[in-house]
Amino acid sequence: MSIIQKIGLGLFLIGMAIFISMPFIGTYTLSEDQVISGTKDIHQDKMAEILAPMYGVEYGSNFSFLSAFNDHFSSYNDALKDQGAWDQVIWDDYGFPLAMSALESPIKSQPWLFLGLTIGLAVLGGLMFIFPQYRGEPEGIKNNGIFHSSATSRGFIGIATGTFLISFYVLLYWYPAYLANHVWMVNPVSLILSGNPASQWFLYGFIYTIAIAVMGFRMFRKYRGNKYQILRTSSVIFFQTAFAFLIPEILVLLNQPYFDFKNIWPLDYDFFYSYNLDTLVSSGGFGLFMLMWGILLIIIGVPTFTYFFGKRWYCSWVCGCGGLAETVGDPYRQLSDKSLKAWKYERVIIHSVLVLAVVMTALTLANYFSSFELLGNVTNQLHAFYGFGIGAAFSGVVGTGFYPFMGNRVWCRFGCPLAAYLGMVQKFKSRFRITTNGGQCISCGNCSTYCEMGIDVRWYAQRGQNIVRSSCVGCGVCSAVCPRGVLKLENGSEENRINDMPIIIGNDSIKVNA
Amino acid sequence: MSKSQHIAIIGNGISGVTLARHIRKADSNAQITLISGESKYFFSRTALMYIYMGHMKYENTQPYEPWFWEKNRIDLKEAWVETVDYSTKDLIFANGEKLRFDKLVLAVGSKPNKFGWPGQDLKGVQGLYSKQDLELMEENTKDQFDRAVIVGGGLIGIEMAEMLAYRNIPVTFLVREEGFWTNVLPKEESDLVGRHIREHHIDLRLSSELDEILSDESGRVRAVKTKAGEEIACQFVGLTAGVSPNVQFLKGSELEVNRGIKVNEFFETNIPDVYAIGDCAEFQTPPAADRRNLEQVWYTGRMHGETLAQTLTGKRTSYRPGHWFNSAKFLDIEYQTYGTVPSSWDTEKVDSFYWEHRNGKVCFRMLMDKEGRFLGVNNFGFRLRHEFFDKALTQKWTGAKVIKNLDKANFDPEFFAPYHQLIQDQFLNDYGGDFAVAKSSFIQKLFGAKL
Repeated sequence: MSIIQKIGLGLFLIGMAIFISMPFIGTYTLSEDQVISGTKDIHQDKMAEILAPMYGVEYGSNFSFLSAFNDHFSSYNDALKDQGAWDQVIWDDYGFPLAMSALESPIKSQPWLFLGLTIGLAVLGGLMFIFPQYRGEPEGIKNNGIFHSSATSRGFIGIATGTFLISFYVLLYWYPAYLANHVWMVNPVSLILSGNPASQWFLYGFIYTIAIAVMGFRMFRKYRGNKYQILRTSSVIFFQTAFAFLIPEILVLLNQPYFDFKNIWPLDYDFFYSYNLDTLVSSGGFGLFMLMWGILLIIIGVPTFTYFFGKRWYCSWVCGCGGLAETVGDPYRQLSDKSLKAWKYERVIIHSVLVLAVVMTALTLANYFSSFELLGNVTNQLHAFYGFGIGAAFSGVVGTGFYPFMGNRVWCRFGCPLAAYLGMVQKFKSRFRITTNGGQCISCGNCSTYCEMGIDVRWYAQRGQNIVRSSCVGCGVCSAVCPRGVLKLENGSEENRINDMPIIIGNDSIKVNA
Repeated sequence: MSKSQHIAIIGNGISGVTLARHIRKADSNAQITLISGESKYFFSRTALMYIYMGHMKYENTQPYEPWFWEKNRIDLKEAWVETVDYSTKDLIFANGEKLRFDKLVLAVGSKPNKFGWPGQDLKGVQGLYSKQDLELMEENTKDQFDRAVIVGGGLIGIEMAEMLAYRNIPVTFLVREEGFWTNVLPKEESDLVGRHIREHHIDLRLSSELDEILSDESGRVRAVKTKAGEEIACQFVGLTAGVSPNVQFLKGSELEVNRGIKVNEFFETNIPDVYAIGDCAEFQTPPAADRRNLEQVWYTGRMHGETLAQTLTGKRTSYRPGHWFNSAKFLDIEYQTYGTVPSSWDTEKVDSFYWEHRNGKVCFRMLMDKEGRFLGVNNFGFRLRHEFFDKALTQKWTGAKVIKNLDKANFDPEFFAPYHQLIQDQFLNDYGGDFAVAKSSFIQKLFGAKL
């Protein structure tokens, strides 16, 4: 490690340390005005009354503030629940907006400074660490030491990284009030982009995009000389930065609906939710265009592009989840489970999620077009369940938090309903395959080891068979790490796409009946 | 097909395992026992280096999960065979246990060559072939030291050099010949690899021959002495001057053994119901004009297994290898070959077309006979398609036709530089021809790597 890399690592760790310590900084003082402006009209009076004992009291930490808030709030709600007065119970979570406004902290008053000290230092340090990598070494992909490193072989650093990621996701989805400082920190960025104050989702999108970009630079170093990897990485950085992050924010600035043009149902599971349909329909021609665009992607875009290029056109070139997996997750790809058993679980789970998403959406639409007479409130319960179980817990906490434990494609492999849909097209009607180069395989296992989707690539390659699997996202790393030039991702004729070679090419002793 | 013949296979490398799989495919009754003292489960020998370098764990090198053997009713026996009693058809294991067989297949592989150098058995001196060799190498190199010396310029030598470089151990690489792997590679290719070895800061010494290995007081290597009299201080010596059949334990019996176990084209030894395949088999006559009596390559081992399985399941089949192919990776540079490209040739009979990229790391050689008929290719630094060349050889294409269609032979990943265009261009310059250089697609021109 060069001196620049050591400094970089130091800066990165300082940035991370400040980032992690931020929930513990600042005091919280609530006022009636904050409650009035931070709650819905129908709840204003009640909330102002419930929280009155907290006004003017300075709480030294978010723990004491939120515990006081929860005490007052819950005692009110619990009393109503005991009486069975369900219609008066307040279901909204005001903890986060009130923590945001009650907060007094150096971060809130100096957001740019802290942005620099946390994300700024981490990015700078990360780049200082990444850029000198492989300097002076000839081009060539090296997975040197992957299984000797604690970070990438489920060692202590790996466990610590996973714990950090899981904790971040748990706070983000269920306890955002503890991230008030973090949200204030990125607030000025949000104001510049969309003119709106930041939410926890802006914080998430901001960090997500930066993480993809920085770790994308790592990909450029690691896979230098491999044009396929370089282009693919550039593509995911571009789609995340432009389509997932900037364009939706700018649309909001222009008074248009927030819309990610590359997100596709059923991954984008709330596309057909009533509020989204209402927003798009009521946003004039442009909203209708967005609606049509989304529908066309589902029924024409996915099958057409997947027919010509395989599901890689989306999963490893465009998708945001894929983008994170292919950059931030790249160091963990070897941790995916290659066993036949894992493949069996994979097929059951991912197709169950697809069925669930389709059924949920069908019920939602039926309900929507019957003006909620069919099922009333039931679809909301369904949405809450799906959002919690699949949207947050599976795709977020497990999907990303488990990178250092189960590899970087846990969600894409076991959970993503869009991947399941793309996979069916890829398997049954596509020109894409990974071609095996005749008899050149030596069964070394690099391809299987570095397959993030847990495909046992070698199983096919050593038999001279092409690899046609619904889960393959076409990242091309099997081909990149193959030492004998055996694997090539190709689009070609459907004829002979799936081949069987009982006797591998190069042995004329046995004549196999074609 | 006998109802329940017991086929015992000694050795679970690629030959033995391929044989076992193919017997099971054709005969669901045969009792198959796969015996190895090296490891219970089949692993890819070629991947040992990757374990050392942390690319893979040992389990990752196993092509089949443990359930595979049970499901296919291939019994695994982890034990060393000490002797074979051919008269009673018994294997006698090191622990005295016996195993009766109906048919025996010897697929016992190789061991590293030791040519009687003084000091060749010192501590810190070893070859690299088996799992145990790898474990020994882990042990021998666990402490940081000043220098390692590798003796013998072949495939295992360069692998060992790469492994040691991963541990930041400086390496001196002694090669007896004037270039790297010159018994296989023509001069230009050998030079290309030599440059790349040096680019990796490996001290490549050509025309340098080992004289003796010197010991310290504890019986550990402290230096090597070359024939030129130079003493190179080192704490580790890799002996990688080729391999030879691992047949010591079979010698001195009625089994006919020369360098390897003598077999005919059916892999039959001089003893009925006893066969030999893979590295350890020595053909009475080479299987083809461009082949040798000993075939010590992964791919040939696999073919031996495929072929013998036919015989053992009732279809007596002689070994007829197809067109030669091979591959390797020298540090970062991949190498493939299809057809016949020896290290030298009779220029009266053979024409050589050679192209090298100006970066000196990518090259292509094609040999043709004087009628222009295609004989074979070597390609370094880019990938070519096996099926294409197999067809070209079978259909006896001319070299010109191969070059004309070279874009279809390209096996590099998408967006890689289209080296075939430069090759076609040079071929047209050298030989002329009625074709044009292949064109790149618009997308390739826009985004692809530049030549």
